[in-house]
Amino acid sequence: MIKLRFASPEMLVDINEIPDLGYHRIDADGSVHVGALCRHADLERSSLLATRQPTMAAAAPLVADPIVRNRGTLVGSLCHADPQGDWASVMVSLDGLVVAQGPRGRRTIAVKELVHGPFQTTLAYDEVVVEAIAPAPKGAPAGGYLKLERRVGDFATVGVAVSVDRTGDEVTRAGIGLTGVGGSTISADDAAQLLVGGPLTSDAIGEAAALAAQAAQPRTDHRGSASYKRHLVSVFTSRILTGLIRSQEEAA
Amino acid sequence: MTSLFQEVSPGAAEETPTRQITVTVNGESRTAVVEPRLVLAHLLRNGLNMTGTHTGCDTSNCGACTVLFDGKPVKSCTMFAVQADGHEVMTVEGLAGPSELHAIQEGFKEEHGLQCGFCTPGMMMASKALLDENPSPSEDEIRWALSGNLCRCTGYQNIVKAVMWAARKLEDQG
Ligand SMILES: Cc1cc2nc3c(=O)[nH]c(=O)nc-3n(C[C@H](O)[C@H](O)[C@H](O)COP(=O)(O)OP(=O)(O)OC[C@H]3O[C@@H](n4cnc5c(N)ncnc54)[C@H](O)[C@@H]3O)c2cc1C
Ligand code: FES
Ligand code: FES
Repeated sequence: MIKLRFASPEMLVDINEIPDLGYHRIDADGSVHVGALCRHADLERSSLLATRQPTMAAAAPLVADPIVRNRGTLVGSLCHADPQGDWASVMVSLDGLVVAQGPRGRRTIAVKELVHGPFQTTLAYDEVVVEAIAPAPKGAPAGGYLKLERRVGDFATVGVAVSVDRTGDEVTRAGIGLTGVGGSTISADDAAQLLVGGPLTSDAIGEAAALAAQAAQPRTDHRGSASYKRHLVSVFTSRILTGLIRSQEEAA
Repeated sequence: MTSLFQEVSPGAAEETPTRQITVTVNGESRTAVVEPRLVLAHLLRNGLNMTGTHTGCDTSNCGACTVLFDGKPVKSCTMFAVQADGHEVMTVEGLAGPSELHAIQEGFKEEHGLQCGFCTPGMMMASKALLDENPSPSEDEIRWALSGNLCRCTGYQNIVKAVMWAARKLEDQG
């Protein structure tokens, strides 16, 4: 932003030298905590996420390119509030939170409330985010992230994040976040809500995929037409959910 | 102001703030006074006259400016020079001495891994980072590691071969 002279801040505070913010960990309750300096590459290589947080694990290798991932952070990506940002949809699907700290102390903000427009957040000018949290799952966490990009390192034409917590067959919590199909990250609440309270069936999946497509507000641009993008939202939603049924069947 | 043009007295321009930084570049400690908004790639090229690091896009897409920052590949146009204060940077000039070739450079020569050469420094530094971590990568692993580096000439095939060549040579050298 600064390099392109879209932003010319009077002062820029570099947080890179602050110690102990590079962590990510999973607490005993299953909540995932990501420090402000944890890089995309750390999450991509994380054995913790690979085994315990499938939606985040699926997204990590799809953000930007391998070299950019050595510098960029999940928290920075959330604060950047780019409607095309991958982590925002992932965190929205997980009902994620950020912990902001400023002179008046700490507060917790839902990722859904953090962004109020393209590149605009509800953070005060003197607040920094120190941590992002994916709260404890309500059951066994499952999910995925699918992204169509024109080439490695490109922002999403469309991205869909799905997170589903289950106890046995029953879906106890669900979230669906959409990347790149609106002025900010979209939470497809109706689609997610429809899945809760029963098992994943192909009927439910079909309906949820249609509702997710309805929630999208894509615009025609150089990456594709609005109707194409809407179609992709439905295809990706259904593909991730169908994959979950399949892996459950295989496990059984 | 009532007109589009207003003449003002030619007082001194507001002073540009500067910072003194010390960066270890290719093993040598270098101290410089820089504007805070100077990008690391430009410090290397224009400040330190190390023009091996190329800038192709300035938007962190092409990877031509890739250097190793504390051993990890980063696009040096993504960082401010001040952020390198107290850190180590390795550029393509650091791969080998003036009359020598590093195995990676030799590989690019042997396998025709370059045509115009613009992307090459970045390709080599990304390859160096890969081989430091994974001395015998598969073709897929090489393609993955270089996927943030764009080449408009070669079609990548020979770049991948060059890295494999270098991996073999480094392995033979032990
Ligand atoms: C070539 C390229 C391709 C990319 N492709 C993708 C992609 O496909 N998908 C994707 O999601 N992203 C992509 N990105 C973005 C990238 O992944 C970074 O995550 C993102 O730009 C944030 O970078 P950063 O963490 O360095 O934060 P910065 O760039 O340092 O900061 C971004 C913004 O957030 C603010 N900020 C950062 N950290 C905090 C904090 N702790 N508290 C408060 N505010 C903060 C900053 O003030 C700034 O306004 C790409 C970037 C490049 C250069
Ligand atoms: S000049 Fe840095 S990535 Fe292109
Ligand atoms: S050799 Fe010309 S860009 Fe790669």
